[in-house]
Amino acid sequence: MQRIEVRLKRHLPDARGEGLVKDIHDLGITSVRSVRVVDIYWLDADLTSEELDLIGRSLLADPVTQEYVIKQSSRDEDETSPSYHTVEVAYNPGVTDPVEDSVLKAIRDLGVEWVRAVKTSKRYLIQGEIDQPQLELICSRLLVNPIIQHVVVGEQFEFPQNPEYRFKREEIDILATDGAELARQFGFSQEEFQAIRDYFRRQGRNPTDVELETLAQTWSEHCVHKTFKGRLTLDGKTMDNLLKSTVMRATKELNKPWCLSVFVDNAGVIDFDGRWALCFKVETHNHPSAVEPYGGAATGIGGVIRDPLGTGLGAKPILNTDVFCFGPPDLPYERLPQGVLHPRRMFKGVRAGVADYANRLGIPTLNGAVLFDERYVANPLVYCGTLGLLPKEVAQRGKQQAGDLVVLVGGRTGRDGIHGVTFASEQLTEESTTTSSSSVQIGNPIVEKKLIDILLQARDRRLYSRITDCGGGGLSSAVGEMAAETGVRVDLEKVPLKYAGLSYTEIWISESQERMVLAVPPEHIEELLELFASEDVEATVIGEFTDDRRLKLFYQGNLVCDLEMEFLHEGRPQLVREAVWQPPQHAEPDFAPPADLGQPLLKILGSWNVCSKEWVIRQYDHEVQGGSVLKPLVGAHNDGPGDAAIVQPILDSAMGVIVANGINPKYADIDPYWMAASAIDEALRQIIAVGGSLNKVALLDNFCWGSTSRPEMLGALVRAAQACYDMSVVYGTPFISGKDSLNNEFEYEGKTISIPHTLLISAIGVMEDVSRAVSMDLKQAGDLIYLVGTTQNELGGSEYFRTCGFIGNRVPKVNPQRAKQLMDNLSAATGKRLVRACHDLSDGGLGVAIAEMAFAGGLGANVQLKSVPLGEPIARDDFILFSESNSRFLVEVAPENKDEFERTMQGTSFALIGEVTDSGILEIYGIKGRKIVALPINELKEAWQRPLRW
Amino acid sequence: MVRTIVLRAPGTNCDVETAFAFQQAGAEVALVHVNQLLRREQRLVDYQIMVIPGGFTYGDDIAAGKVLANELKLKLGEDVMRFFQAGGLILGICNGFQVLVKAGFLPEPNGGSPRLTLTNNDSGRFECRWVHLVVNESSPCVFTKGVERLYIPVAHGEGKVVADPEILPELNVVARYTDERGDTSAGYPHNPNGSVDNIAGICDKSGRIFALMPHPERHIRGTQHPQWTRLGAKQYGDGFKIFQNAVRWAKGL
Repeated sequence: MQRIEVRLKRHLPDARGEGLVKDIHDLGITSVRSVRVVDIYWLDADLTSEELDLIGRSLLADPVTQEYVIKQSSRDEDETSPSYHTVEVAYNPGVTDPVEDSVLKAIRDLGVEWVRAVKTSKRYLIQGEIDQPQLELICSRLLVNPIIQHVVVGEQFEFPQNPEYRFKREEIDILATDGAELARQFGFSQEEFQAIRDYFRRQGRNPTDVELETLAQTWSEHCVHKTFKGRLTLDGKTMDNLLKSTVMRATKELNKPWCLSVFVDNAGVIDFDGRWALCFKVETHNHPSAVEPYGGAATGIGGVIRDPLGTGLGAKPILNTDVFCFGPPDLPYERLPQGVLHPRRMFKGVRAGVADYANRLGIPTLNGAVLFDERYVANPLVYCGTLGLLPKEVAQRGKQQAGDLVVLVGGRTGRDGIHGVTFASEQLTEESTTTSSSSVQIGNPIVEKKLIDILLQARDRRLYSRITDCGGGGLSSAVGEMAAETGVRVDLEKVPLKYAGLSYTEIWISESQERMVLAVPPEHIEELLELFASEDVEATVIGEFTDDRRLKLFYQGNLVCDLEMEFLHEGRPQLVREAVWQPPQHAEPDFAPPADLGQPLLKILGSWNVCSKEWVIRQYDHEVQGGSVLKPLVGAHNDGPGDAAIVQPILDSAMGVIVANGINPKYADIDPYWMAASAIDEALRQIIAVGGSLNKVALLDNFCWGSTSRPEMLGALVRAAQACYDMSVVYGTPFISGKDSLNNEFEYEGKTISIPHTLLISAIGVMEDVSRAVSMDLKQAGDLIYLVGTTQNELGGSEYFRTCGFIGNRVPKVNPQRAKQLMDNLSAATGKRLVRACHDLSDGGLGVAIAEMAFAGGLGANVQLKSVPLGEPIARDDFILFSESNSRFLVEVAPENKDEFERTMQGTSFALIGEVTDSGILEIYGIKGRKIVALPINELKEAWQRPLRW
Repeated sequence: MVRTIVLRAPGTNCDVETAFAFQQAGAEVALVHVNQLLRREQRLVDYQIMVIPGGFTYGDDIAAGKVLANELKLKLGEDVMRFFQAGGLILGICNGFQVLVKAGFLPEPNGGSPRLTLTNNDSGRFECRWVHLVVNESSPCVFTKGVERLYIPVAHGEGKVVADPEILPELNVVARYTDERGDTSAGYPHNPNGSVDNIAGICDKSGRIFALMPHPERHIRGTQHPQWTRLGAKQYGDGFKIFQNAVRWAKGL
């Protein structure tokens, strides 16, 4: 074992260390003065000191900023003083070290051939007077996640030894036992287990371990969405299949010719411009992110990027959108359940994991949101979405022939993520963080980038007949689904492994990242293998598609799995459940209206949900690929909160794609139906606000719920799904794909904490001419400000009530017929270039929207509440200012366009409520004409920016 | 026709838009994988402009651009020097800047032991933001002739130029970070990474090897400007001139 240490030269500041000092101070330990980080490279080799010197000097250490040391013990004199504490942290055995491959390659480029393996660790030199418990706190809270890392004790570092695997066919006796224990172990319900036992009884034999694992994965909630496909009854009304009766039914009834491929492939596909198509998918990676935020979130984005890549014959990923839900970052540690990471650490880890992966892949992250609620503390939600672009003629899912070869491409297979999908479908407990380590996958973005680059070349040469991604469920799910209509045989020993020792079952169910499966006609295989080799991407023939409709797996010639496809895919007994729905009753808020509404406005602007997310946004590359037209941060200082994002996917075409998200879990505490309706309205509002139209807009649904085995939880799900249908058909915006993640619950001290019912609606809209885009920042003093839409007394679940300590009951509702008319009119107005700025009203209502528009534009505004169009009498200024009624917009119009704008808006509820000023002050007058807000825009902006200025 | 080679390596990710910028400027562009050069399927000498675009080559493992720099220097160093000596232009953007410096092609090719590098931003973070640059009028850089100011975005985590103080006076600084008024003393975030002397771009003394941390290829069209909805969209963005200059210069070869 040889080691080379690299550290910054002493006189240079250590940016990584300074970040840690901040985090340590956040823990309440203020005596730490500095942290310096030393990178350690462990080489499994027997090199001469000249060779080690060469590696240190010309490769590992930067000659200007760093120095390197080659020695066993490496503590400098002054670091042995009592105020220095050192901690060395390394990856656990079996965890992929993401830099190993490139370091090995670079060492070979130097002409040094004899290095067998490389691992890295980090040593932290912490300077300051801290005691042992404080040091342990720093380690456990900041430096080490035991799921993937450990503290290196002493000087020894072990390279894991992986014993060879010796084949033994494992059978599981299910015929002789009652199976309760087995069913639990594999995550089957009693009915499912019974069906399996009946099947094998007919076969006259017991299943092998890999057969049961395959069934467990194929039938898991994660893979098959059994709740959504279940037979559910609510209020005496039975739906045979929730998905088909709601979300998919809307798409079918709308029957849009531009929907090219919906609900059948890894992502939904719509037409873009007649030549190109767009595909879009959003997924969650919640449970892994809860236990290892960085790695879990990185593999979340890595996985969803492979969805477009595995759609049709493969799409190029062109945009990412991310929505995160966490506990409040200022949660006191004493309220943190045992075994759960603090929301701040989760937030930072998830943000970094997604950014490091997406940035490396060169996919712009142009849109997203971050929400906070204490119920997300143990169950954060990590939604990642990717938009893809593909030629229209390859938009349909491919079809393989018997005789086509099964080719596994991309990364190698290890123990990563074994049982990931069953883990994802289960409830988290206090022990989850210690028992689920093998479910956490480690991503390597460069492997995926190489894979994308080469796959798109192979696609354009039509070298394969079908493609799918290897995600949750691994080969089992990818190959099993692909071969459902044909049959397949796979020789598992042919799968390239990261290290020895994997059993045939582990190979089959591993969820190692960065892999895709292709069906390749034999006449193309040589060209395909050569192409992949030319850019150093592994491609391996592991089997062949057959025509016997059986799944046959072999290991070294031994048959280890022989299942009928029909049983695997159709043999699962349908889930039958009762759902109930009882509207909750919350205390009706009872407080006097404050005279000055400036203070509540500042408070809402500074709330976690509303405040600026610039800290997150800037750490994502939102410019790469050169297509951004409307960026996430807009306005005079590039720091205002843009609504939807617009990207121009084909650089020499004026057509654009608008991407938006809607999410309102807070309304679900009152009624999940209106929560879902609000989310759809919000996503569509954003598309309209930036100059889009409803003409060609497609939606995705993403349900994250608690345990639907409880009837009331299921009732809430059914109501939300019904709203999806009701809204979608009226707006004329079909769903093209979706996903669900159920069982987002956490058991703690005998209590079950369930997340709020959370539905993310993601929308894409096609825009004919990006030069018609509108941003939300006020543009010109003297312009007119219109409020479009009707304001109701709807503050239930609002930010205003939340800051006053209430939930309320009057949840914002949606009238989709009226809303569509209004959106169509406003879209006509932006199409005629009559709109200078437009912002939709959401969290914090009119008050927040006008403040954001003003400080984003660096301009003041005067607004009269008495002019606001009301749908019912509202006597309180605070209710008008902060109501969160849906389907509303603020619009800036130049005085010369007044008449034309008003003509265009005929037939909708709108009113002139104020004007833009150059005073730099936001002035709002109440219904009686009294000044209720008068604040400089700088003060408003500061309140909004302060919380997340990390 | 001016032939431009845009070099790809594992992790390169700004190749397509960089190629597009050169095409718009009238060049014929080939996207070439570094393996194709190593296998001699492609030769640098067949081109007049060589570009190392942005990205995270080899994951930026060890340090940004380091592994590709090592490979270029050791496996293709002579080819690059021959290309340069034949009068070719070399442009490195973002990761390309890091590669050119770490491979020893800048501040001067064959400049002896390295005395300049790029390291972690002072903020400790990757940051994507638009920056104002002032171009040094006395720079020999052929890419920036006639360009005084540039407004283009950065997106990097390791863009801080660190140099041995002794070499600063002889360094050919092409562009410096400023605020919107052209003030170079504005500090963070105008200088987004803490670069010494606000350095955003440098060239060698011939002016034919040019490296820039911000991305000119991300502002070649008016609608890429972050405030075009306020200010109106011009036909071309600020960065386009750099590609036009390169192509015009190479036409004279």
